[in-house]
Amino acid sequence: MSWASIPEVADEVLAGKTTATANVQKSLDLIAKHKDHDVIIALTEKRALQRAAKIDERIKNGEDVGRLAGVPFIAKDNFLVFGAKTTAASNILKSFEAPYQATAIEKLEAEGAICVAKANLDAFAHGSSTENSDFMTTKNAHDKTRVPGGSSGGSATAAALHLVPFALGTDTGGSIRQPASFSGVVGYKPTYGLVSRSGVVAMASSTDTIGPLTKTVEDAALVLDVISGKDSLDSTTIERNKDSYANLDKEDPKDLRGKKIGVIKEYLGEGIDPEVKKTILTAVEKLKKAGAQITEVSLPSLDLALAVYYIVVPAEVSSNLARYDGHRYGYSDPKAKDLDESYELSRSNGFGSEAKRRIMIGAYVLSSGYYDAYYKKAQTVRTKIINEFNDIFKQVDFLVGPTAPTTAFKIGQNSEDPMQMYLSDIMTVAVSLVGIPAISIPAGKVAGLPVGLQIMAPKHHDRELLQIAQNSERILT
Amino acid sequence: MADISPQDVLKLARLSRLQLTEEELHKYAAELSAITKYVEQLSNVDVDGLKPTTQVTGLKNVFREDEIIDYKESPKDLLKNAPAIEKKYIKVKRVLG
Repeated sequence: MSWASIPEVADEVLAGKTTATANVQKSLDLIAKHKDHDVIIALTEKRALQRAAKIDERIKNGEDVGRLAGVPFIAKDNFLVFGAKTTAASNILKSFEAPYQATAIEKLEAEGAICVAKANLDAFAHGSSTENSDFMTTKNAHDKTRVPGGSSGGSATAAALHLVPFALGTDTGGSIRQPASFSGVVGYKPTYGLVSRSGVVAMASSTDTIGPLTKTVEDAALVLDVISGKDSLDSTTIERNKDSYANLDKEDPKDLRGKKIGVIKEYLGEGIDPEVKKTILTAVEKLKKAGAQITEVSLPSLDLALAVYYIVVPAEVSSNLARYDGHRYGYSDPKAKDLDESYELSRSNGFGSEAKRRIMIGAYVLSSGYYDAYYKKAQTVRTKIINEFNDIFKQVDFLVGPTAPTTAFKIGQNSEDPMQMYLSDIMTVAVSLVGIPAISIPAGKVAGLPVGLQIMAPKHHDRELLQIAQNSERILT
Repeated sequence: MADISPQDVLKLARLSRLQLTEEELHKYAAELSAITKYVEQLSNVDVDGLKPTTQVTGLKNVFREDEIIDYKESPKDLLKNAPAIEKKYIKVKRVLG
């Protein structure tokens, strides 16, 4: 039991070879079969079956139901979706019912796609393994004793086990790419602003992005094409490409002649697992054989990106999580006697330890006396990193490197040391701070565990990035 | 910049409206010290002539017409997650003594 490509799944529904209802049932069966991987926080079963029945009826009546007719998908549980609670894997939102749906979900539904379940994540997307989920730890699809990566770990295992044709994730510092790398699937992080953040539980607003986790680049491109574009509900959205992201060139798929690719030196230095490095260099060699012009490039400030990230992001997190006051929505502690106690008890008992840690770091770096030394300095070093990327993209079309320094680590291995956990994002955070698009595609395996190749492109070059990723995918497999 | 002490954590927790146990104050003091120590590598970076980046969209002043937009959500839907409501209002604890 598995799935064909997304266009094929939709075509079969439209051609009457199968039905939307049968597809929803199939995904529910697959989810049940793989229950021991702890992927799913809640099913949206009832609503999914109702929507499927409606889609089947509309197809029978000859109506146009869209490009994703009867295609089931799973959304990370920080997307506001009808039919189940939206928890962000946090106790504080355990009972939260979405009053409206995320724009990305609305756009997918408008094309006939059906959300069947909500996937596990690190609570509020704070983490790199799903171990920070207030509910459970998702297991890696290739080895159940290991993490799937995070924070979109549930979505990554869902895509890797092919429970559905695609899963949605969010990426603030690597939360789509790193789990895609750990789980052996494709993970796409678009240019910042290309996909509306409306209806997605906010983490760090200046780097939060939304994207798909899929089996193939072709499927990722189709999902991006559906969910991207300006949205009046998110004033930080940007104009999308006029051309479709989905109609990628299929001629000469293994020809990379004329493409200039820079291999980032800093990502192959200290701290990378030697076997991961070998896998990446072998992949790069294959791209070179396909005609790509490979040069080694250096971005000296890259080593500072993680430090910048762990100032900027907690600052934004502390602001975004200030809204959880125990009054408007979310957990409210019944023992509170007055207003202050209500804030304090609701937040203390509702937030997990990673959220508290980030809130306090954020409060620290934003507090008077430290603001200039930490926050302002970090935002200025961010400019320095952006400038280096801009300069490098005058010389090369794309940048490549590993997505993560290691393969999937053991459950529990890094969970006691937050700094060690943060280091697993070291190769993904710079892209987020700069706002450029990046993708992780499977590049090979080390001891049975997947390794992801990260490809990066200049801002707004999403289509070009998907094109070279599709070609690379065919060269590498 | 010095280490973060349990006393500093207590102050941060108060600012953040969090209550922490004595044990948590010590745990976070050690963790936050490790994190701030790591990020202090930025203090010696030369950023002469550079301005801070606050957003990366390249957008400036996104305006819309000042007009009423009808949303699909009913006030009832928007209020259903509030812990306490009265009529169409969210009920909060007394604000002024």
